[in-house]
Amino acid sequence: MGLDFSVVPPFFDALLTGALWTVAITISAAVLSFFGGILFAVIALYAPWPIRYPFRLFAWLFMGTPLLLQLFLIYFGLIQIGVDLPAFVAGVIGLGLHFAVYNSDIIQAGILAVDKGQYEGARTLGLSRGQTLRKVVVPQAIRSVVPPIGNNMIALLKDSALVSVIGVTELTLSSQMAISRTFRPFEFYVAAAACYYVINLGLEAGLRRIERRIQIAR
Amino acid sequence: MTGNPIINIRHAAKSYGSLEVLKDISLQVTKGQIVAIIGPSGSGKSTLLRAINDLDPLTSGEVWLEDEQVNKPLPPRQYETHINKVRQNIGMVFQHFNLFPHLTVRENITLAPKMLKGITGAQAEELAVEQLTKVGMLDRIDYYPSQLSGGQKQRVAIARALAMKPKVMLFDEATSALDPELVEEVNLVMKQLAEEHMTMIIVTHEMGFAQDVCDRVLFMDQGVVVEEGPPDVIFKNPANERTRNFLRKHLRGRN
Amino acid sequence: MDTDLIIRVFPYFIEAGWVTIQLSVLSMLLGLVCGALGAAARLSRSVVLRFIGAAYVSLIRGTPALIQVFILYFGGPQIGIQLEAFEAGVLALGFNIGAYMTETMRGAIISVDRGQTEAARTLGLSRFETFRAVTLPQALRLMIRPLGVNINALIKGTALVAAISVVELTYTAQRYIGSTYKPFEMFFLAGAIYMAIIYVTGTAVSWLDRRVALK
Repeated sequence: MGLDFSVVPPFFDALLTGALWTVAITISAAVLSFFGGILFAVIALYAPWPIRYPFRLFAWLFMGTPLLLQLFLIYFGLIQIGVDLPAFVAGVIGLGLHFAVYNSDIIQAGILAVDKGQYEGARTLGLSRGQTLRKVVVPQAIRSVVPPIGNNMIALLKDSALVSVIGVTELTLSSQMAISRTFRPFEFYVAAAACYYVINLGLEAGLRRIERRIQIAR
Repeated sequence: MTGNPIINIRHAAKSYGSLEVLKDISLQVTKGQIVAIIGPSGSGKSTLLRAINDLDPLTSGEVWLEDEQVNKPLPPRQYETHINKVRQNIGMVFQHFNLFPHLTVRENITLAPKMLKGITGAQAEELAVEQLTKVGMLDRIDYYPSQLSGGQKQRVAIARALAMKPKVMLFDEATSALDPELVEEVNLVMKQLAEEHMTMIIVTHEMGFAQDVCDRVLFMDQGVVVEEGPPDVIFKNPANERTRNFLRKHLRGRN
Repeated sequence: MDTDLIIRVFPYFIEAGWVTIQLSVLSMLLGLVCGALGAAARLSRSVVLRFIGAAYVSLIRGTPALIQVFILYFGGPQIGIQLEAFEAGVLALGFNIGAYMTETMRGAIISVDRGQTEAARTLGLSRFETFRAVTLPQALRLMIRPLGVNINALIKGTALVAAISVVELTYTAQRYIGSTYKPFEMFFLAGAIYMAIIYVTGTAVSWLDRRVALK
């Protein structure tokens, strides 16, 4: 059985819809992971110990186990405790939490790397600890860690393929559905890979623009 | 000395373990006075300056700003509120500027007034324009710190401190980190402040500047004020051997 | 926590953990080979080799590993490649991590100070001799920790071959979640084994890093 890519165009609409869902889930999870990462970083560094230590345990667990396993836990675990979320929402939560933990690790390092003079500058003006953190330290930390966070976003896009396993009809699952009707896995997976590649190029270009824009504000 | 002191330091002492950095220092600064603190590195002069707004807390002794004790013994939470209030009245300028790199010049200046004094858009703009005009940096209002030279950064840092309308300004070696050709522009701003009778305490290595601008000079060494007096006396006719030695080395080094 | 259940299924998880270890080790070895070849190609003087190296890195890193596994396992037969799920998993994971290792190795090599090369060349060493005797030994030290990061990601990445029914840890956890409805227990059981594998690997990498740094 040779290759025949002409089987792909009839499914163009289905693949495009899948690709849009991939973009949607990536953006939603990226936003969640970004703000979650900031929140987690502040908790890990500054929260009182009864919150800090359980949180660190949670972060340690999430960084030491595969995303796919976590997706199963969230999807089936929530069902078990009586919360039946749509697959898309479960996928966003799973991806978002997973990458929030990784982002938090990076942002913590960024916060710790902010120059001591910045705290002094802010505190001598009369800003409180919280104000200093919110207005001076965290914004600078975020800017200094944009490149590694960007790498996480790129990883997130590719890992979004895993949510097909819990039934989110994004790009990967859309191609599988086309395959189940045509029995042409090679052609459709290559087509899906091409779509991911193009989305990835767009994401990388966007991240480079952001990096350039914040270059002078550092 | 006339009038009540704005800054009153009583029996200030500070030690790290067995190392005494400040030994029983008392100092009064009255309104409009300009005091220079000179001395070799490690003499405790920066530590003393940083004790005034409690960046480096004293081990014992009191610091008063007018009729309010800066390092008032309070429970941590109350102290935090108290010190934030007090610091709004004490401007400070650092050796390494400590401008906020993620904010424009305008935002650097208006951040604290907006957050702490509740001023709004138009007032904030007016304040930024006023302070930047004063230090000659109005044309850089939309720049980021990374786009400025060291001298320009320091002028903005001075404007940022002035925007809080402080009662006293502390300068911690404000020109030490600058390239020699950039020192003068910062000195000019400080001289102008002196002419406006801003109360200033200046830790410096610039003997010429101290001599020209200041009313009083303190020479510190090994945690004590060895000698103090008007600049003419300290620089031309010091009484103490240690002062003479320091000035000899320092003035020769300059030439 | 249902401890009886955990004790009952524990042996199956140990077996599955052993499969995960095999997957990890084999794909790591393949990844190191691909990484070394990829880095050599990326740094070569031949335009063609550089292009091939860059295309390899870009295509692999620009697409999901899961899709790569699927192309090889499900699409392979169409182009005459018939593989067992385990074999397809090892090959796809190895090729995948190899692209990341290419960049790690290349990064380490180019971050060796230029002055080192210049000094060696002024002594009369050839380009190859310089690389072998001066650049590579220094680069090897620099790449141990970042390769450790790649390997850590690889171990967690082996989970995705559960999607082609390789009976490794995640597949086993998923199967028992389905049959026992105990997602938390199964997660912690599989998670503990993953963390043990990652811990041992991390310790080995640190040990290697320290040993090399002493010289």
